[in-house]
Amino acid sequence: MVRRSRRPNVPRKIVLFALGIALILGLHVKTAWAQDPGVTATEIKIGNTAPYSGPASAYGTILKTVAAYFRKVNDEGGINGRKINFISYDDSYSPPKTYEMTRKLVEQDHVLLDFAPLGTPPNTAIWKYMNQHQVPQLFVLTGASKWGDPKGHPWTMGWQPTYYSEASVYAHYVLDHIPHAKIGILYQNDDYGKDYLAGFEDGLAAQGRRLIVNRQSYEVTDPRIDSQIVNLKNSGANVFVNITTPKFAAMAIRKVHEIGWRPVQFLNNVSASVGAVLKPAGFEASKGVMTGIFGKDPSDPMWKDDPAMKRYYAFLQRYNPAADPKDAFNAVGYSVAQTLVYVLKRSGNNLSRANIMREAANIRDLNLPLLMSGIMINTSPTDFYPIKQLQLAKFNGQRWEPFGTVYAGAINRQALVQ
Amino acid sequence: MAALLQQIVSGLSTGGVYASLALALVLIYQATGVVNFAQGEMAMFTTYLAWTMINAGWPYWAAFAATLAIAFAAGVLIERVIIRPVENAPVLTIVMVSIGLLTIFNSIAGWIYTYTVKPFPSPFPSTPINLGPTTISLQDLGVGGVSLFVLVVMYVFFRHTTLGLAMRAVVENPVGSRLVGIRVGWMLALGWGLASLVGAVAGMLVAPLVFLEPNMMSGILIYAFASATLGGFNSAGGAVLGGFLMGVIENLVGTYVTFIGTELKLTVALAVILLTLLIKPTGLFGRVAVSRV
Repeated sequence: MVRRSRRPNVPRKIVLFALGIALILGLHVKTAWAQDPGVTATEIKIGNTAPYSGPASAYGTILKTVAAYFRKVNDEGGINGRKINFISYDDSYSPPKTYEMTRKLVEQDHVLLDFAPLGTPPNTAIWKYMNQHQVPQLFVLTGASKWGDPKGHPWTMGWQPTYYSEASVYAHYVLDHIPHAKIGILYQNDDYGKDYLAGFEDGLAAQGRRLIVNRQSYEVTDPRIDSQIVNLKNSGANVFVNITTPKFAAMAIRKVHEIGWRPVQFLNNVSASVGAVLKPAGFEASKGVMTGIFGKDPSDPMWKDDPAMKRYYAFLQRYNPAADPKDAFNAVGYSVAQTLVYVLKRSGNNLSRANIMREAANIRDLNLPLLMSGIMINTSPTDFYPIKQLQLAKFNGQRWEPFGTVYAGAINRQALVQ
Repeated sequence: MAALLQQIVSGLSTGGVYASLALALVLIYQATGVVNFAQGEMAMFTTYLAWTMINAGWPYWAAFAATLAIAFAAGVLIERVIIRPVENAPVLTIVMVSIGLLTIFNSIAGWIYTYTVKPFPSPFPSTPINLGPTTISLQDLGVGGVSLFVLVVMYVFFRHTTLGLAMRAVVENPVGSRLVGIRVGWMLALGWGLASLVGAVAGMLVAPLVFLEPNMMSGILIYAFASATLGGFNSAGGAVLGGFLMGVIENLVGTYVTFIGTELKLTVALAVILLTLLIKPTGLFGRVAVSRV
């Protein structure tokens, strides 16, 4: 019995295998002419992954506000009569988990699209998968410059200004406003730091690049960065470009002040938090530091009579009362959710994945209520970078004070060639 | 020249940070014969306790004293509850237990206090002092000063008090110690308590400089290990000197050796550990341990 049972099993396996292939092919043929999954007459199913736990869980609040915003949209009748069913899974910022959860969203939950998955490593993990399966990976929440690649990855689109764009704005400002600039740069030695560095150097262009007198890097494992700051000061630099994550940003600002160096300082937006960076660094030491912003800061009293800000506060109080309205992350969630709602509304009843990507790639001059005035969302079939403009702001000892005009950031063409 | 001087001064002040934690590592090694990988995270966690008390409105020194007391008790408790059962297990088991403690403390701190950096008050003013062409802050001087003070206290304790001598005897010869009436188990627990206390001092000194967050000590721990190895694991003075040396070596190599630069600074620390173990395993000031077989 035992010996005989082995052989007949082989053809049965082949039959099963063939059946499986036929089924898969059948499904694919079916999707070619039927409506894409995730849409019925009454519902649009949207997926997401975000870190609700783990070291990056501070970002989780963005997606909680997104979910709250969709509840508000549903309460007001939904989109063209369809309610949004938002399924968001915790990936704890771990790429393998993101991959697993995203497959679940696509293959078991059958979502129409993956909206605003958060973080560069998690999005990198699902980049290929989404494009192979032709499922939109729409408005990803990361500042890396690789997401705007319509040719190679037509199903992925960024949202916020990229690190590259932001740094190019600082470079333009230096060229325009600081004569005899001698620039010293401190950057984190990884993809994020190098993305910023490339944007800054390309923004200066060939003749401006010789203004850089010193570049210093640090590793995230370094306990302190005093040595680098001392080197930058000794290089004679009078402009300091601070490309660091919050802890190191605070250390750098404090050390610069402590050793009596008084350069013009640019701080990357990543670390522009007043509470988590400037307060630990000291308000006195932080005075005069500049950064680029694109959204209104909800903690800034300057907006307290702004009708858009009042609506945001009222919305959070009703739909997500546990969230801190002053936390700028919640404002990001509010704005990114509005961008998707805009695209879904414009797609009307043609809610195929391809049409949604088409609409997302044809946004003209959309200004959302919580973006700074003058900052417009624009996309085109060759431009997958929705927000490219930035407003410069200077810290006045209490808060970020916007000044000057809106700058248009550059797009990293180099990254796309790779 | 001014640049060189400034790098040396900044190296010394960073070295003070390494020295303070290296002292706790050396202390527990001298008192129990164990290398405790969780030392840094225990220090970080007790610093959070101090932060909680200060935020609740306690004056700094009251919170400081209370934290030291809690740290001591917690150290004793950890030895009694967690280390005791594996006391006679191979060294590797104890190393693994201490690495387990490391991740547990790190995760619990992140879970309770989140990963956002928090400013921590310093007992020393942050005003910089001008030393010719260079500057040093009173905070940095304070860290170095306190490390030296702890060193002197440790020296006196281990050389000239009965308790200190008893603790050293237990490590050298547990059976003989028990025969002369020393309570071996409690001596080991005491060692953990004291190391945890010295660690808490290090944590509270370092936090104002590097800001309080769950990963505050992880980078420092590697350099503290390098310092202790360089100076000699059974020499407290060597560990402090090793700490200052590490800080200066790291800065000078990072600044003047261009192919290393700032990118390979951590590698320098690991290279120091390796070279010391290869050339002089006992460190600069360590004694060669002779044991009768």
